[in-house]
Amino acid sequence: MSEFKALTKQGLWENNPALVQLLGLCPLLAVTASVTNALGLGLATLFVLMGSNITVSLVRQWVPQEIRIPVFVMVIATFVTIIQLLMNAYVYQLYQTLGIFIPLIVTNCAIIGRAEAYASKNKWHHAAIDGLMMGLGFAAVLVVLGGIREVLGNGTLFDGAELLLGEWAKQLRIELFSLDYPLLLAILPPGAFIGMGFIIAIKNRIDAKRAQIQSTEKTVTRARVTAES
Amino acid sequence: MSFKVAAAPHGHSQKKTNQVMAWVVFALIPGVIIQSYFFGWGVWFQILIAVTVAYLSESICVWARERSARQALRDNTALVTAVLLAISIPPLAPWWIIVIGTLFSIVVVKQVYGGMGQNIFNPAMAGYVLLLISFPVQMTHWLPAAPIAPYDLGLWQTLHTIIFEYTPTGYDVEQLRTTVDGMSMATPLDGVKTALDQGKILTEAYQQPMLGSLAGIGWQWLNLGFLLGGIILLQQRIIRWHIPVGFLAGLLVPSFLAHMFAPSIIPGPIFHALSGATMLGAFFIATDPVSAATSDRGRLLFGLLIGLLIWVIRTWGGYPDAVAFAVLLANLCVPIIDRYTRPTVYGHHSGAKHDAE
Repeated sequence: MSEFKALTKQGLWENNPALVQLLGLCPLLAVTASVTNALGLGLATLFVLMGSNITVSLVRQWVPQEIRIPVFVMVIATFVTIIQLLMNAYVYQLYQTLGIFIPLIVTNCAIIGRAEAYASKNKWHHAAIDGLMMGLGFAAVLVVLGGIREVLGNGTLFDGAELLLGEWAKQLRIELFSLDYPLLLAILPPGAFIGMGFIIAIKNRIDAKRAQIQSTEKTVTRARVTAES
Repeated sequence: MSFKVAAAPHGHSQKKTNQVMAWVVFALIPGVIIQSYFFGWGVWFQILIAVTVAYLSESICVWARERSARQALRDNTALVTAVLLAISIPPLAPWWIIVIGTLFSIVVVKQVYGGMGQNIFNPAMAGYVLLLISFPVQMTHWLPAAPIAPYDLGLWQTLHTIIFEYTPTGYDVEQLRTTVDGMSMATPLDGVKTALDQGKILTEAYQQPMLGSLAGIGWQWLNLGFLLGGIILLQQRIIRWHIPVGFLAGLLVPSFLAHMFAPSIIPGPIFHALSGATMLGAFFIATDPVSAATSDRGRLLFGLLIGLLIWVIRTWGGYPDAVAFAVLLANLCVPIIDRYTRPTVYGHHSGAKHDAE
């Protein structure tokens, strides 16, 4: 159970693939112009990450050390092909919007990074949870960044969610304000870099604040120990 | 006898940062007066809004960073950024344009990077690029200069247009740009570029109504006004000659050579020197002491790079003018320029070589 907790904490916050490891930045920056796109790619990455982690972990005894990377890439490519065909079949418009970035999930360093660093050394159920948490952490950052950019650049949230979730999702669309002239920069690639920088800065700020609180608590306990001895 | 040991540098300029920056603003005055003569009262309102927003946002940021707001406001750097941005944008641009631009310049480009002296990019130009990319329509709506303008706007009409985006009588900026024959008037740089893209030759392109004797009506005097301000800065030793000379050489030498080779399709050096933001860029924008290169040779290179980039973008790029893009691109190159133009330390052979060994 503690392993589960540690993996959750690592994936979602302390070792978040997007915010801390800064892996997979290419899709992260390229497709986060709206929440729908971000969520679509986030879920696809999550699926691939879990699948590849489980498979890599299951076959790890039979993979020779020398050729492990090509094997991992083949495994990842298999899952990417599966998700690509599924998206082509069920969410065709989103598939077209995301375009090249679905096949490019193969090259997402976050996935091969987890296969190499965790799945190839741990049991399959741990690897599955690791994949789930890392994938959720990555998807969460994608959605937050997508939200920021969509609000600034379009004034809406969940615009086009029906492409991903079906007809009912049309009600999800929130129009916060209507802009005659949207802030195009937020939608364009520089907006992704600037938004990402701000998210990382906020995370670092929170971490620094927490470290500060912890260090003051520690000094108090040490003072007490000194008094007793 | 007392042997007082003083640390280097031994030669001092008595001018403090706030005085240097105040001189920069002072030297802008001739250009701003000429701009307000040719392009209406708008520029004064833009400066007013920009300076207010800059000071407010700078105080809030400095306060949030737990530093002295009075100290930060007194160095006048926010003032220079605000004024430069305000004179770069079209005078009749709606008020929220300058507010967004100034906020971005001060908060994101300057304070987030660590405040005065820490910014990698020129704040005013980064703000300008944000606006140009995000709001291309408003940012290219320059009115024709006063002698050929179809309408003459008063003080109140200008203010009304900036606040409500149309005049009290109901004209919007697009209509104000439209002449009697129904053609909307482009800036000289834009007009010549469009004409050349359409396959016309230079003499035909120069026959458009907004072209004057040297470059564009109004624009040529505006550039001469900023040149005058630049000479004041040079004379007061606020800036050194390296960046403006490099800038103008980088822009004018290629345009001269190209004009010699293809006199009918490539505009000559005089047109480039007195169009768009050339002089403002050469003397006021590229010379920003924080984001420019530091050594003399480095500054010469930095200026050359900006000038060359402007010429390349003006000639083949998608935008009519390019001072802001060129300055930002050159800002990116500053670390590498500084690395390879490090002056020789006294007693050593060569700064860069020695370091590489």
